[in-house]
Formats: sequence, structure tokens, C-alpha cells
Amino acid sequence: MKIDLTNTTSSKINASLMDARRASGAGAAGMVLTLVIVTDEGSAYDALKAANDASREHPNRTLAVIKRAGRSPRARAETRLDAEILVGSDAGSGETVILRMHGELTAHAQSVVLPLLLPDAPVVVWWPENAPQHPAQDPLGALAQRRITDAVTAESPVGQLAQRAESYAPGDTDLAWTRITGWRSMLAAALDQHPAKIVSAVVEGEPYNPSVELLGLWLMTRLRVPVERVVTAGPGITSVTLRTKDGAIVLDRPDGLMGTLSMPGSPDRQVALKRRETSELIAEELRRLDPDDIYATAVRTPVDRLQEPAPADPQSADPQPAASTDGEAADGAADPADAADAAADDKAEKGAAKKAAPRKRSAS
Amino acid sequence: MSTDFPEVEQGEPPLVSSNPLRDPADRRLPRIAGPSGLVIFGVTGDLSRKKLMPAIYDLANRGLLPPGFSLVGFARREWEDEDFAKEVHDAVKLHARTPFREEVWQQLAKGMRFIQGSFDDDDAFEHLRKTIEHLDAAQGTSGNFAFYLSVPPKSFPIVVQQLKKHGLADPPQGSWRRAVIEKPFGHDLESAQELNRIVHEVFPRDEVFRIDHYLGKETVQNILALRFANTMFEPIWNRSYVDHVQITMAEDIGIGGRAGYYDGIGAARDVIQNHLIQLMALTAIEEPASFHPKALVAEKLKVLSAVKLPTDLGKHTVRGQYAAGWQGGEEVLGYLDEDGIDPNSKTDTYAAIKLEINNRRWAGVPFYLRTGKRLGRRVTEIAVVFKRAPYLPFDAYATEELGQNALVIRVQPDEGVTVRFGSKVPGTSFEVRDVTMDFQYGESFTESSPEAYERLILDVLLGDANLFPRHQEVELSWQILDPIEKYWDTHGKPAQYPAGTWGPAEADEMLARDGRSWRRP
Repeated sequence: MKIDLTNTTSSKINASLMDARRASGAGAAGMVLTLVIVTDEGSAYDALKAANDASREHPNRTLAVIKRAGRSPRARAETRLDAEILVGSDAGSGETVILRMHGELTAHAQSVVLPLLLPDAPVVVWWPENAPQHPAQDPLGALAQRRITDAVTAESPVGQLAQRAESYAPGDTDLAWTRITGWRSMLAAALDQHPAKIVSAVVEGEPYNPSVELLGLWLMTRLRVPVERVVTAGPGITSVTLRTKDGAIVLDRPDGLMGTLSMPGSPDRQVALKRRETSELIAEELRRLDPDDIYATAVRTPVDRLQEPAPADPQSADPQPAASTDGEAADGAADPADAADAAADDKAEKGAAKKAAPRKRSAS
Repeated sequence: MSTDFPEVEQGEPPLVSSNPLRDPADRRLPRIAGPSGLVIFGVTGDLSRKKLMPAIYDLANRGLLPPGFSLVGFARREWEDEDFAKEVHDAVKLHARTPFREEVWQQLAKGMRFIQGSFDDDDAFEHLRKTIEHLDAAQGTSGNFAFYLSVPPKSFPIVVQQLKKHGLADPPQGSWRRAVIEKPFGHDLESAQELNRIVHEVFPRDEVFRIDHYLGKETVQNILALRFANTMFEPIWNRSYVDHVQITMAEDIGIGGRAGYYDGIGAARDVIQNHLIQLMALTAIEEPASFHPKALVAEKLKVLSAVKLPTDLGKHTVRGQYAAGWQGGEEVLGYLDEDGIDPNSKTDTYAAIKLEINNRRWAGVPFYLRTGKRLGRRVTEIAVVFKRAPYLPFDAYATEELGQNALVIRVQPDEGVTVRFGSKVPGTSFEVRDVTMDFQYGESFTESSPEAYERLILDVLLGDANLFPRHQEVELSWQILDPIEKYWDTHGKPAQYPAGTWGPAEADEMLARDGRSWRRP
């Protein structure tokens, strides 16, 4: 069911929601949280689609806040709230209200959202892009237990991590962090199986992808060893190497789909390590609403503590996106390891290259 | 967040703390089983195709299986590895809960092997041993294997003996071998003890996992969360407030093709001995000191050993057989007319019993357990029915329609919890009628609930015994049921009830004698 309300208020929206529910015979009791999505017309569709899919696991009330300040002075002067209410099959398993705010109201979005929050249920705010500098101090962010940002959409994705660290408040989280859960759990499982002392580590992945940095920072904070960051063509993270005394544990994923795990003393094994959809990331985020201390520790570690390999060699790793058959994947596993070894040889030059690193990456 | 609780289990793997990448605060990282493989005996059976294979795929899809996880099928059929992989592939496509993903399948398929042979075939077991050694080398399973005996109970002894004979039950240094067995765990105390003896001779006690798939269900695990994570239920969870408890497991199907297994066993042995007594134990136990398996089993054993049977078994137990009738618009046969059933069979397809628990919390509160086939609909639930208010300050007409307050845990289908209480009917007169308040798993945690077998297989691989009945529990529950079965053997015949109804009239009389009546679930 879809209801359009123009030039409306929160209480009228609430009344319509109740009518719509009564008409469809469903109650609000099952909904477990309110998800506020702060977005613009351009990305609203994708964000709502992801939220709807995620609502299958976490039935929620989704409030999409779309700010339309208007271009002309006259449009800016007109303050208006339009709402589109979606209930039943149109809104996943929950209800969705799209709030379009015009004029001065865009600066007071929280006044619209506050009355529409579900009673006694957690609030999550998600900025698919253009997250505020200080999410917890944002008027909408202040309403929420959980604030989800996405550093990859920022102008300088890696630089954004420093901003996230500076403004971190318990409850903040970033999809760049969510994206690496699969890698983290597989690496943790690898260490369960092969509990060796790690001496150093290498993370490899595409440029402008803060997930690669976060994974490196996490390894650094947990293992307390130097971690190198190698730039490859992607997609996403392509390989992680944990060096031990008796050889390297390598998790290699050249095609963004299937990984190969090799460990000293064990045969190579394949692991499915697919890059996940936004809806799956959001569903994971909504699963736990307590502060993520592990993320806090990782993001608060300065990015420039990751070491750069010598400028020449990262290009030598040539993971062809088409290489997905077993044999080739296994061959591919050798390449990054070689690159990593080469990188280790050039360790002495690291210190100098360190500072300039982020700029060089954004230039390439 | 009640579904989260089982992960709070403490005291298990010391490995976790030594791994620098793991941190108890890191709740995103799932518990992944260590390097291991699963050998299924009787892999061509229904259970294996409909439950085990899909569960394994779902676990892999959720990223909970170790890289290199291997699945070995053992059966008489003449299959090659590829035929087996295809069979699993089809079963997964048909029955898996999570969407099919080719890359996950590829990962799984690499570790699939099939071994053709019968249980007395030494060559086949030798082949199995070689396969396992080969998998250790090729897939890195590190010698850790669980043997799932999805076979009729009469084959248990030979399979375990063969495993022992070929050295399969002896783990290499630093690894484990586990046995997983399905019900029935014997048909009385004596046979259960015999079975335990056979299995324990080969596998140490802690490495034997008895599957009661009810305990893998989220709703059943939620009983503990409901009781021990909240404050509002525990104060009234005792004889001062609870009038009685009804635990029902009803099926709408008949015995189908299971005549050979079912006749002579009956509903009480098939369902009450394991599922219903486990549900009763979880409903009645005291708070365990922790969720360590030993702490939980200690509490369960305390409750089970406090169970008291009624003195007059004739008055407080009922058994029945479904007669021909109409069920849900279909005409169905009576039990005695089913294929392969002796027309003089005294096997019960319906059983209802009354038990009491002699402890301070429950003395005087009857627990009514009932189960049956060809009943009204398929449902399993635990209903805790409370006493009436001691005094009602309304006139008698106002509360005429007010029943007893009740808290109902719906185990399946439509998992959830219902609370029933009285409320004023809108209008000028003062009238109180029963209303319900509802919590539905399907609504609050849609789609995230894993199948019971997923949870249980993962727990076997992790070595977490919390959701598996221990041998003492099995023996204690036979001690409860044996006198009833003995009484039934020597007294009368099962009462007939038309298929599609809620059981024989005798069962209603049994409760009426206590001044109570069955809920319609």
C-alpha cells in the first residue's frame, strides 16, 4: 500500500501509518528498530532497496530523509514536508516512510524524525554517502544508538578514516569495516588452525579502498607487528599474507569471489569469499547494536603507520579478473607472495616513503 | 536479542584466547569450526538428503565451515564421487534454506567423497580409512572426523565395531573422532544402557553426540533465555502461580512408510521419551550456574530424577490409536488398516501422561505431556497455565468469559510466545474477556533462524555438547517411561480416536478428573 501526503506534518504521517496498518491487518509490535536513512534523490532508490532487503532479517520502520533545499531563492523560502508511506509488500517486512524536506526544514530534519521513531526500540542512522563530519553530534545522529557511515563514498576515502577516528563516538561504525568481516573471520580461523607467531603482515588491494587499510590496521593492532599495504588492481582486497617463522599464511582472492588459503604444512584450500551486497552489509550492521570496540581500536590507529612497499613492484602482481579456474587461482597465489618478498627486501626505504604515501595513491 | 544467548557459552575452547585475532568483544566474527570432516553412514536416506546435506551447505554458505571441510558418504549404492556430489547438489538445491551460490558449492564439492560398501564389508572400511588419510593430506582436515550414524539402531553395533576394528575411532595425536547418533536411543532402559555401552566402548563419553533435533530449535533454546534473561517470568514460574503445564506435540500425518519402525514402538517411545521430556526438563529446571554443558546437564538431571509418576497409571495415562476418518478434507485410513501393520497391534499412536516434579518449586503442579499422529494439525507447544486470581472484585457475569492466564511457547510452526490474559471488552457494561499478546520469531527475527540441524552439526564440529542429551538423561527418561509402558502392556488396549481430531475421549476425561481441560493448540 502506498500513501502520498503533501505539505504534511509528523502527526499526520503517524495517523496515516496507523490507518495503513489497520487496513492491512498488521501490527507494529514485530518491528525491532527504526532505521533512518539520510540521503538525496540520487541514491535514495538504491539505499531503500538495500534497507528493504535487510528488513527481511530485521523488520523495521525505515525513515528516508531526503533533503531538497532547492536551487532558487524562492524554492529555498518555501518550507514544506512531503511524505510517501509504503506499508505491506511494498516495504519489505516493515514500513517505509520517505520524507522529502524542502526549504528551511532541511536544517531541522530531526523535528520530523523524532515523533516517528518507534517507541522503546533502537534507532540506527545510515548515511549512504555524504556523512557529516561528526556523526554523533549531528542532530539526526544524536537520536541514534548506531550510526553507519561509508568511508568509501568520501572524496578521499582513505583520508576519511582519520576523520572517522577523530569524531569516533561509541555506536559509530563504517561499512568499510563491515565489508572485511569475511576476511577477518577467515584469517582468525586460519590462526586457530595454525597458531604460529606472526612476524609481519601484508595486505593487498585496490587503491581508494579504505577497507584494505582498515584490515591492515586491524591486523596491526591485534598482532602488534609491522603491516605493509600493497596497491593492486583489485577488485577490493586481493590478498593478505601473514608471515611466520616457518612460512607464510596467505589468503588470496584475485577475482572477488573465490579465495585460496595456503598455510605452511597444509594443502591449499578454496574458500568462498564473495564481495557482499549493501543489503547484506546493512543486515550485519543491524545484528548488533552495541558499540564496536574492535572497530574503534582499528580506525583510531593512524593510517600512515601502514608501511608502503617500494614504488616499483606492486604492478607486477597481475591478477586477471578472468582467472577463476582452480589451477589459475592456485598459480595466482604465488604472485602476491613474491611481490611481498620483494617488498620485504626494500624495507629500509620504507621510512622515507611513508609520509608521502597517501597522496601518491590518490594521484595514481 | 534472545537468539544470541547460546553464543555466551563459557568455558569451552582455550584456543580462542590464544589467537590474537580473536577477542570476545568482536561479536562479528562467527564461531567457525576447526579443520574437520563429516562421515555420514546411511547417506542415501531421507534424513541425510532432506536435512543433513542442506544443513551442511547452509553452514558453508554462512561461512561457518572451515576451509577444506570434507564430506564423506558411506552407503551400499554403487556411486562414484561425482554421483554422490550430484546427489548432494540436487538435495541442496531442493532443500537448502539459503540461496544457492556456485562458489560456495565449488568449495564444498572439492571435499566430497563416496564410499560404497555394506557395514560388514572390511574392504569398504579400509577404503574409508585411506580416504580419511587422503583427505587429511589433500584438504587439511587434520584427522578430525565426526561419524554420523544415520542408520537403523540395529546397525549401530556393527558400525561402531567396524570403526574400532579399522582404527577409525582412535584419533591421531592432537585430533578428535566423534560419533553422532540419532534417536531412538533404545526402546527401554535396558536397551538404552546396552546401546550406551556399545558406543562408549569405542568412543569416550564426551565424544558421543546424541541428536535430539528439538534441542537445536531456536524456540527451545529461547526457553532458557526467556526464563533466565528476564525478570518478569521467573517470580511466577513456580507452584504458587502455575496451575499446570501442558506440553503438546501433535502431527497431522499418519505413520506413512514407517510401519516397520513404528509398530511396536509407538508414540510414547518415539516422542515423549526424548522430545517431550526434554521440553519438560527445560521448562522446569532451576537456573544453571553457567551455560557450561556440565552445569546445564547437572540441572536437567536434578529435575528428571525428581519426576514422580502418578500412583494410578490407569487413571492418569491414556494411549490411543487413530481410526479411519477425515483429516483436513481428506479421507484417511485407520492405524490398523495401514500397510504393514498387524490388525491386532496394540501400538499407541497417541499418548498422554501426567507427571509431577517433586521439588520445592513444582510440588503439586502436574505436567501433562501428550503427543499423537493424525491429530488436528501439526503443532508443538508448551503452555504454562496460571492459577485464577484468588479473588475477583467483579460480579460473576463480568468474568464469565475469563479463562486462566497462560504463557504459551510455540515451538513449531509459527515460532513465538503468546501471553493470554483478561481485558475489558469495550462498551458500557463491565465485561472481561481473554486476549492474547504475541511475539513471533518470524516477525522480529525473520529469516535469520537457522535450521536445527545446522546448529547441531556445527556444535558437533566445535565439540560443544550443550544441546545434546547426555547418556544419563536418556537413561533417566527411560526410567520415567518404562513403568508406563509396562502398565500399558498388561492393561487393556489403546482407545480409538477418529483421525483429524484432538485424540480419544479418554484423554479429555483424564484431565476432567483433575478439573482441567486440554488447550486447543
